[in-house]
Amino acid sequence: MSLGKTEVEYISRLAQIEVRPEDVDGVAAKLSNILDLFSQMEAADTQGVEPMSHPLDAVQRLRADVVTEVDQHEKLQAIAPSAEQAHYLVPQVIE
Amino acid sequence: MHNLTIKQMSEKLRSGEITSVQLTQHFLDRIDQYDGELNAFVTVTPELAISMAEEADKKIAAGEAELLTGIPVAHKDIFCTDGVKTSCSSKMLDNFIAPYDAHVVTQLKKVGMPILGKTNMDEFAMGSSSESSYYGPTKNPWDHRAVPGGSSGGAAAVIAAGLAPLATGTDTGGSIRQPAAFCGITGIKPTYGSVSRFGIIAYASSFDQAGPMTRSAEESAWLLNAMAGFDERDSTSTEGARPDYASELNNSLKGLKIGVPAEYFGEGLDADVEKAVKAAIAEVEKLGAEVVEVHLPNKELAVPSYYVLAPAEASTNLSRFDGVRFGYRCDQPTDLEDLYKRSRSEGFGEEVKRRIMVGAYALSAGYYDAYYLKAQKLRRMVRDDFTTAFESCDVIMGPVAPSTAFNIGEKSDDQVSMYLSDLYTIPVNLAGLPAISVPAGFANERPVGLHIIGSYFSEAKLLNIGHQFQQVTDWHKQVPAHYQ
Repeated sequence: MSLGKTEVEYISRLAQIEVRPEDVDGVAAKLSNILDLFSQMEAADTQGVEPMSHPLDAVQRLRADVVTEVDQHEKLQAIAPSAEQAHYLVPQVIE
Repeated sequence: MHNLTIKQMSEKLRSGEITSVQLTQHFLDRIDQYDGELNAFVTVTPELAISMAEEADKKIAAGEAELLTGIPVAHKDIFCTDGVKTSCSSKMLDNFIAPYDAHVVTQLKKVGMPILGKTNMDEFAMGSSSESSYYGPTKNPWDHRAVPGGSSGGAAAVIAAGLAPLATGTDTGGSIRQPAAFCGITGIKPTYGSVSRFGIIAYASSFDQAGPMTRSAEESAWLLNAMAGFDERDSTSTEGARPDYASELNNSLKGLKIGVPAEYFGEGLDADVEKAVKAAIAEVEKLGAEVVEVHLPNKELAVPSYYVLAPAEASTNLSRFDGVRFGYRCDQPTDLEDLYKRSRSEGFGEEVKRRIMVGAYALSAGYYDAYYLKAQKLRRMVRDDFTTAFESCDVIMGPVAPSTAFNIGEKSDDQVSMYLSDLYTIPVNLAGLPAISVPAGFANERPVGLHIIGSYFSEAKLLNIGHQFQQVTDWHKQVPAHYQ
């Protein structure tokens, strides 16, 4: 399967990863190689096979709906690129 | 001192012949001397190591020492370590000082094991050679032209070169076993759920599993005893107490049934690797085991299935790196989308970006059934093959990798050929089974690993086989001449 410019732009938006115009062809070629590997799956007969998401088919463990984390925002925000008064700062979104 | 066994170190510590501070300083000196050429560490933590060694010495003096108290350890740079840079070998986390400890780090701190530093790896554990690290490739101590394997390549290299007595690693598609094989050390990937994933920077959560990397199987058993345990903060941690992984080490192998799958000795396997692996299996037979033929007919489907599922999980796991809460942020973002997109494209390396994009595509509308769902069905078929095989054998043996360590740069431009080199390890991760790599000789002067795969929760049995094999062989005792 061979990807074109439109698909690479679509994937770039889905993944929130910028692909510069000059890199589109190279990225398309490498992703296409990987999709060729995926196409090997087509030949396998999976009729009646249940999809498996957990190796031991275990179900998610539940716990009581109570707060277990203590407030440590100062420690956690100390490593943020930009934070002020317990908020993370980003470029202005709303005019 | 670095060529003592863990048992000898432990005895000398407890008898007072050496102190943990002396032992720790010895390894720090070796790191100082050799890591410039190996590049096996991202961060060395001498002050932390010595202060922890002083605490350990107090514990030993008070008679509160456990077997591993005072013995230093190197953590793969994927384990969050409170107050220490935890980069996952990515530019994205080059400035990330972890605000808490991973469960594994907490467990080993409790025992009193000084932390020497954090080892190099493939960026976000995505790779089989440790070449995709932001900090440059780690070299193989047996031959500096060769890769140490990956993604836990730094961990394998420090054990092989004697820069740390014990190391931790993680294995998502072979990342403990393949570097262990390439560097001639012992490494075990436990059953999925045995060791908590809390604080391990996530790559593919339904596969990720941590384990020990050591010189011998006996030492892996002891380190696994300290690492494993139920942790309520990991929703996939298996409940209940863990067994004593060292309890079966001395059992006899008489009557053991070894399944040897023809599919693991097919086209693409290096003839000298095959010879070494077959000789190792024959050695285990001499100890009273018996070889039976088994089949894993869907082995070929494991690699494509894994490279759909693991990137799909990665694309969601790595969405947390957005330039807002921690990690790298691009300069002068014009708006929020520019902030996300440029922080991610500048912060992630090429292979990581590729896997995120492939994963996002495999999960996208219109492709989900053809890729993701199909891969999940194949995952069950691969698992069922193992279940059937274990009806006629106790363990499965074969090679860890199709070749010995390849040269740096040899495969870095060809992703698919790199992916295919994981063909023997990936099926084990799809099934969530435990498996060990044990040193089994050399081919073309580079180490070869014997792969032993067991049924769920059979770690003690795998370590038993490894230990018995190491009673009659000395491959695990060999040290590269330059690092004697």
